Amino acid sequence: MPALPPLATEAIHAFIVGFIVLNVIIGMVTYVTLLERKFAARMQSRIGPYRVGPHGLLQPIADALKLMMKEDVVPRQADRRVYNLAPIVFLVPCMLIFATLPFAPGLGVADLNIGILFFLAVSAMEIVGLFMGGWGSNNKYALISAMRAVNQIISYDLPFIFVALIPVVLTGSLRLSDIAAAQAGMPFVLWAPYWLPLGPLAFLAYIVTTLAAENRVPFDILEAESELIAGFRVEYSGMKFALIQLGEYAHVIGTSFLGALLFLGAWSGPWSDTSAGWGATWFLLKAMFVFLLVTWIRWSFVRIRVDQILAISWKLLLPASLVLLMATGLVVALRSTGNG
Amino acid sequence: MDPEARKVVELGYGGSERLTMNMGPQHPSAHGVFRAILSLEGETVVGVDAVIGYLHRCHEKLGETLTYTQYPSIASKTDYVAAMCSELAYVRAAEAVGKIEVPKRAQYLRVIVSELQRVASHCLWLGTWCLDMGGALGGGATVFLYCIREREWVLDLFEALVGARLLYGFHQVGGVRYDIPAGWAQKCRETIALIERRLIEYEDMLERNAFFQARTQGVGTISRELAQTVGLSGPLIRGSGVSYDIRRLEPYSSYEDFDFKVPVETAGDCYARYRVRMVEFRESIKIVRQALDGLPEGPVSSRPGVKSVGQVRVAKGEGYARVEGPRGEVGCYLISDGSAKPYRMKWRGASFSNLSVLPHILIGTKVADVVAIMGSVDPVFGEVDR
Repeated sequence: MPALPPLATEAIHAFIVGFIVLNVIIGMVTYVTLLERKFAARMQSRIGPYRVGPHGLLQPIADALKLMMKEDVVPRQADRRVYNLAPIVFLVPCMLIFATLPFAPGLGVADLNIGILFFLAVSAMEIVGLFMGGWGSNNKYALISAMRAVNQIISYDLPFIFVALIPVVLTGSLRLSDIAAAQAGMPFVLWAPYWLPLGPLAFLAYIVTTLAAENRVPFDILEAESELIAGFRVEYSGMKFALIQLGEYAHVIGTSFLGALLFLGAWSGPWSDTSAGWGATWFLLKAMFVFLLVTWIRWSFVRIRVDQILAISWKLLLPASLVLLMATGLVVALRSTGNG
Repeated sequence: MDPEARKVVELGYGGSERLTMNMGPQHPSAHGVFRAILSLEGETVVGVDAVIGYLHRCHEKLGETLTYTQYPSIASKTDYVAAMCSELAYVRAAEAVGKIEVPKRAQYLRVIVSELQRVASHCLWLGTWCLDMGGALGGGATVFLYCIREREWVLDLFEALVGARLLYGFHQVGGVRYDIPAGWAQKCRETIALIERRLIEYEDMLERNAFFQARTQGVGTISRELAQTVGLSGPLIRGSGVSYDIRRLEPYSSYEDFDFKVPVETAGDCYARYRVRMVEFRESIKIVRQALDGLPEGPVSSRPGVKSVGQVRVAKGEGYARVEGPRGEVGCYLISDGSAKPYRMKWRGASFSNLSVLPHILIGTKVADVVAIMGSVDPVFGEVDR
C-alpha cells in the first residue's frame, strides 16, 4: 500500500481532530445550557430542570429532540434564501473560533501562529449571520434587532480587540499556545507591575466586552425580549432556532475559553505537566469559571438601553482599553530596556 | 397633550424613514392586552397610538344585573391584581348610598386586607417592571421570582382568610364576610416582618446598581402640572410631587386611626415612582401592624341575616365612594332605585386614568424606555377595559 503524501496525512489528521473537537464542543454547549439553567435557578431560589433524568441531566437532550421535531416555519414574506442561510452563516464562525484554541499543550485542531488574530477575526464574522437573519425574516422586530446588532458589535469589537491584545504585548506572540505557556508561572490576571493592577483591570475589561460581544444581559439589546420579542430570531423555529442557539452558546463558551487562556493561565495548574488530561481539565474548569462569572452578571443586572450601551463603549471602554494597552506596552518597553 | 407632541403625532405614519411597529396586544412586556402603535425613527419613538378595549367585559352593565351580594366577587375582576380594593370601592359606594354603618372590627379588617393587597400588588409590580427592563433571561427574572415568592405569602394569607387566592369576594355591603381565623394574626405578622426584611435586599440589588439607575433616572418624567392635568392618582402623582392620597385626604374605613406617612417624590421619573412604591410597601406594613394591634372586638358585619340574595336592598339614592388602591384612586358611582340591584353603576379605574399619560411622555424616548415607562405606570388592563 503506497504511503499517502504528507499533505494528505496532515489533512486527514486535521479532519479527524476537527471532527472530534466539533462534536465535543456541541456536546459541551448543550450541557452548558443545563449548567446555566441550574446556576440561574439557584440564584433565583428555584430548582431548575429536574424531571428529565436524574437531577434533570437529560434535559438538554430532551430539548434538542424537541427542537428537531418542531415544525420549521418560514414566513411567507421572508427572503427565503437569506433566511435559510442565516443560521448556518451564524453558526460556522461560532464553531470556527475553537479551531485555534489549544486545549492542552499540543492538543488542538490547528495551533496557528496568528491564532488570536484568527479568533478575533472569525468571531467578528458572526454579525453577518445575525444581520442576515434579522433582514431575511422580514419582521420589524428582527430588523430593529439586526440594526442594533451591527451597532453593538462594531462598537464592542474595538475594545475587545484592544483588551485581547494586552497578553499579546506581554508575550510578544500571536500564537495562543505561546500565550498560554507564558503564564505557567503566573496568570496575567495577577500581573501588577509597579503596583499598577493592569492584569485585573484588563480581565475586568475583557469580561465587560465579552458580555457585549456575547450578547448577554445587561448588553443583550439584540434579543431584548421585552421590547423586540426575541430580536433577530423571532421568526425562527425548529432546527434553525436550535442552530442559532447553538451558535450563541458556542460563542459564549469560546470567549470563556479565550478569557481563561488569555488571563487565567489556560492549562497551568497542579499536575498539569504530567498529562494533557490534567491540563485540559484545568483549562475547562477555568473556562467554566469565566462562564459562570458572565452568567452571574447576566442573572443579576437589568438590560441597558442601546444609546447607553454605545456611550459605555465609546466613552468608557474604548479609551480605557486603549490606556490599558498603552500602559502595558510602556511597562514592557521599560522592562526590556532595563534588562537590556 | 402638549402642542409640540401633538404636532409630531399629526405628521402621521406615512413618512418614508418611519417604521410603524405594534407593541401589543400580544407582547412579552405588555401588562395585559394593551396595544401601542409606535412610530419609530430609528430607535426613537415619534408617535404613539394607544388602543385599549381588548379586555372589555361589560362590567358596568353586569353591575346592573347582579345583586349587591353577588357583584363584589365580580368587582374583584376589574383590578384583578388588587381585588380587595376594587371590591371595597363597590361596597363602600353601596354603603354610602344606603347610609349603612360598618362595625369597627370590619373596618379594621378592611384596612388590613387592603394594605396586604397593596403589598402583594406592589410585589407583582416590582417584579414585572424589572422583568420589562431586565429581560426574562436576565437579572429582571431574578427580581421577578423573588417578588413572586413574597407575593405568594400574602396570597397564602388571603387563602387562609377567604379560601381564594386572587379574586376574593371578601367584602360585603355592611362589613366583611369572614372574621380572621385562629392564628391568622400571628402568621400575618410573621409574613410582613419577612417581607420587610426582603425589601432591604431588593433595594440593595436595584439601587446600588448603576444599570438600574441608568434605566430609570430621568426616564419618563411626568411634570407636576401634567400629572394634575391628566388626572393621575396613586404612586404616579405622588412621584410627581403632589401629596394626593385618599387615605389621608378623605379617610375611610378608619384610616384616620393609623399613623402612616404619604411618600412624595418630586423628580417625576421612573425612579421617583419606584421610590414612592418602595416606601409605600413599608407604610402598608406599618398600617397592618397597627391594625392588628388595635383590632377591636365585635361583629364583622352589620348586615342582618337574609334568606336569599334578593333581600339585601339599598335605599334609593345615589353616591360615589373612592378608595386608595395600589394604582391610585378606585372609585365607584352607584344609583340605587331601592331594589336589590343598582340602577346604574360606573367605575373610575385608576389604571385607566393613569394610562392616559402615556402619549405625553413616550414621544421622544427610545423603544427600550417605552417598556420601562409602561411598567412604571403599572396598568392593569382588567381595570382599564372593565
